[in-house]
Amino acid sequence: MLLDQNRGDQRITGNIDWPTVGLFALLLMMGWLNIYAVVYDEATAKSFFDLSTNSGRQMIFIGASLIIVFIIMVVDMRFYETVAYVIFGVAVFVLVLVPIIGKEVGGNKSWLGIGSFGVQPSEFAKFATALAIAKFIGSVGFRMDNMRNQAILFGMIGVPIGLILLQKDFGTALVFVAFLLVFYREGMSPFLLVVGTCAAALFILTLVVPNRLYLEIGVFVIITIIILMGKKTIRRILIFGIAGVIIAGFVESTDYIVNNALKPHHRSRIKVLIDPSSDLKGEGWNVTQSKIAIGSGGFIGKGYLRGTQTKFDFVPKQSTDFIFCTIGEEWGYIGSLAVVGLFVALILRVVHIAERQKNRFARTYGYSVACLFFAHFAINIGMTIGLFPVVGIPLPFFSYGGSALWSFTILLFILLKLDANRGQVLQRMN
Amino acid sequence: MNEGRKEIVQVVFVLIGIIFLIKLFFIQVIDSRYKDLADGNAILPQVEYPSRGLIYDRNHKLIAYNTPEFDVECILQDVKKFDTARFCEVFKMGRPEVRKAFKDMKARKEYSRFKPTVFIDQLSTLEYATVSDHMDEFPGFYIVARTGRAYSTASLANALGYVSEISKSQLEHDSTKIYKQGDYIGQSGIEAYYEEVLRGQRGMRFKLRNVKGVEKGSWNNGAYDTLSVPGTDLVTGIDLDLQQYAEFLLNGKAGSIVAIEPSSGEILTFVSGPSYDPNQLTGRKYSNNFKLISADTMKPLFNRPLMAQYRPGSIFKIAQAMTALQMGVVKPETRFFCDRGNPMNCHGPHSNEDLRGAIANSCNPYFYNVLRRMVNKGKTNDPFSDTRVGLADWNSYIESFGFGGKLGIDLPNEKTGLVPTPAYYDRAYRGRPWKFSNIYSIAIGEGENLVVPLQMANFAATVANRGYYITPHIVKEIGKNGKPLPQYTEKHYTRIDSKNFDIAIDAMEAVVDHGTATRARMADMIVCGKTGSVQNEPRPDHSVFIAFAPRDNPKIAISVYVEFSGQGARAAASIASLLMEKYLTGQVKRTYLEQYVLAGKFL
Repeated sequence: MLLDQNRGDQRITGNIDWPTVGLFALLLMMGWLNIYAVVYDEATAKSFFDLSTNSGRQMIFIGASLIIVFIIMVVDMRFYETVAYVIFGVAVFVLVLVPIIGKEVGGNKSWLGIGSFGVQPSEFAKFATALAIAKFIGSVGFRMDNMRNQAILFGMIGVPIGLILLQKDFGTALVFVAFLLVFYREGMSPFLLVVGTCAAALFILTLVVPNRLYLEIGVFVIITIIILMGKKTIRRILIFGIAGVIIAGFVESTDYIVNNALKPHHRSRIKVLIDPSSDLKGEGWNVTQSKIAIGSGGFIGKGYLRGTQTKFDFVPKQSTDFIFCTIGEEWGYIGSLAVVGLFVALILRVVHIAERQKNRFARTYGYSVACLFFAHFAINIGMTIGLFPVVGIPLPFFSYGGSALWSFTILLFILLKLDANRGQVLQRMN
Repeated sequence: MNEGRKEIVQVVFVLIGIIFLIKLFFIQVIDSRYKDLADGNAILPQVEYPSRGLIYDRNHKLIAYNTPEFDVECILQDVKKFDTARFCEVFKMGRPEVRKAFKDMKARKEYSRFKPTVFIDQLSTLEYATVSDHMDEFPGFYIVARTGRAYSTASLANALGYVSEISKSQLEHDSTKIYKQGDYIGQSGIEAYYEEVLRGQRGMRFKLRNVKGVEKGSWNNGAYDTLSVPGTDLVTGIDLDLQQYAEFLLNGKAGSIVAIEPSSGEILTFVSGPSYDPNQLTGRKYSNNFKLISADTMKPLFNRPLMAQYRPGSIFKIAQAMTALQMGVVKPETRFFCDRGNPMNCHGPHSNEDLRGAIANSCNPYFYNVLRRMVNKGKTNDPFSDTRVGLADWNSYIESFGFGGKLGIDLPNEKTGLVPTPAYYDRAYRGRPWKFSNIYSIAIGEGENLVVPLQMANFAATVANRGYYITPHIVKEIGKNGKPLPQYTEKHYTRIDSKNFDIAIDAMEAVVDHGTATRARMADMIVCGKTGSVQNEPRPDHSVFIAFAPRDNPKIAISVYVEFSGQGARAAASIASLLMEKYLTGQVKRTYLEQYVLAGKFL
């Protein structure tokens, strides 16, 4: 019973969350206009629909994504939960295949080619993982405080992360870390998130502070203050003392990691984040030119099709990873405000939809969607304005490319399908 | 369980959004640096140098013109993977030179790593041809064409002046802010005097280019582009053939020749000897040659017609004679006995001449007496104050000939000469009293009198005009068929009546016909002239001659100074006569006279 026979009003659009659809359409449209702007050349101006241009091809991708939307909407909602593990299994299997039979594009072996047509399996691994995690958390009798369950969950994100790292696609692997927020929402202790955040902060600090000795002294002082402020039991002093030693060791090892374990181009990307001028012609070039593009837009922008930074190739990958530069340059702060605002609105709307679900599967899936969108949004825009190291991941609906667009469409519309039919679900939340 | 967690998650989402918006606000709205950086990336400002105005002679023969010159400019921020070895190979430079070029470029006042700055200036056309094919190997380096100066003739250097890169101190004193480092500016001669007219207006084009430096059309459809406006052409009164002939005659001698068309004040010939080829001070050769030329002991850069102040010598007797006639202290028939040695010596077989005869024979004692009558009119009994009053009166006539002050030629660095005034003698004698017996050598153009050759030529033109002059000038048309500067159409009248000029002219005719300057005589033309021999003991006299011809409706007035070459009757009169023959008849038939002049080496 694959097709949805139980639609109340017999319309596939029935009960769909129109605000989300509206945001989706708006972002898609803006993205498409910007892809046209990126490659626009006054001398050889081509139509929006010319298939030899990125914007022409993106139009095909958009058309295909609308077909995907239709398919998702006519498939029975129960199908997704039922086959979640199967989809996940297939996704993992394909990811295993990629390093073996994949083709190399731009140093990353993350594409599967079928003739001249290529897809990025890692993009589709996102919704597969989201479905599987949702199904696992939504399964009867699931308890987050069970260590075995937590281990399985980490495994579910660890396997795709590991496989994607094998493709040297650091950015997409990083996106899967966003599932930690989903786990947190569903009851996992925040300890991991806090420790993770602190570790990241310390990591950056070690790079910023010229002499590690200052950091060590700082750690010592903070630990001492914490010990002195609370109860001075032996156990407490011991715990914090050990924590201090671990932190100090972390600081010491960071230097080693940065200089030895990380690949040179990753190291320079992190260094460039702190000081873009440290490598102006190399890794710093991207960030610097990207910031110049966005910054030169001013408040109202240079006007549509009038960006010089992006049009004349000063910003690299401006159709894909650095698409936000075109927005910042041509539409100025007003454009930035609109795009950031629309993304935050979409993410909050997705959270809102997730919270109104009647079963845990749908809610968890909804949070996965929100967190994945959030990760892409935060990492992509963060990197273009110099707040995050340069890792190549697309900005949803804006970046040129079919795989990412379809992946985001599938993610979003499975949720909208679940949401549209939420009335048919029996309450079984805990 | 999990209370508040959905809020925390949403707060994290919103917080990141807000952080982005704040950061974006800083880089997009508050920080204006990025705009300039983006413009620096994509907009390539290119100066369009205007072509400098051309300079023609009176027959519209081209004298000064422009040749293409190529500068290599560098935008440092665009320089990528600079291959020094390859650069040295292509540009035929040594590594130290390349290093120095970078250092010099960064030292330039307008240097910016985002803007084009001159890296190598003035490639020759040949260098350009070899280099231009390889420019794509050196991103960040561009060739910019502009025009350099060239001259069609090796003569006229001191009148033309030269053009060179603006100096640091000129740049600092440039209140117009038109010039930038590396710009050319006229440094002397008419190139400097007419700089504002000749330079034209610089144009600016803003071109877009992509990251590889490939041009992508104009910025804003050229809304901010300005076209260069070429400089205005100048037509000079110089007769280039006559000029070249004059320089040929003066070759090997120091001195000056100035010929003027009396009716218009246009300068036909302007020679300063020794001179240099004006092409030596153009292009890349400039700095080397300038050192050589300015170190030359014969001072080729010294513009003798304007700057060499000589005593006028006997030529001054014409002015004395006319002034005395005008004052009424002598008549043409007045005779004085030539009592040689008391107090002045004389020369030639004469003893008791009238005014015309005294000029023709250049009798010194005669003019001693003439000056005494002019200066000591007996208005008071005190010989000291009588001389003072008389001298002041005399000054007012002499100065009306244009002596003792700048005439105002359209060339820089004109000297005034000197007509001694009572105030001058007061200073010279430091307050001690002076009277006629102290100053009489000015009677025959010796003593304190000083003139520059231009003033003497102007004096000849004044006599030729029977009483007025138009300030001598080089440029007769600003823009082809244009007008000269307004001050060069105005007549300046002397205080002498024209009937007195006729008497002087009679005498000057006699000088050439049967007086001291028979060498200057021409077959079918009445030439009026006066010789002078300026004393320079112990070296030979300067040979001086002024003349105009023909007597009626004169076409040319001329002054010739040849330094250390003896009597004016020899070198100077011969040269003047040959030039008048050439100008008035179009050819020189008296080759014996030409040979005589050329044989005389007086240095």
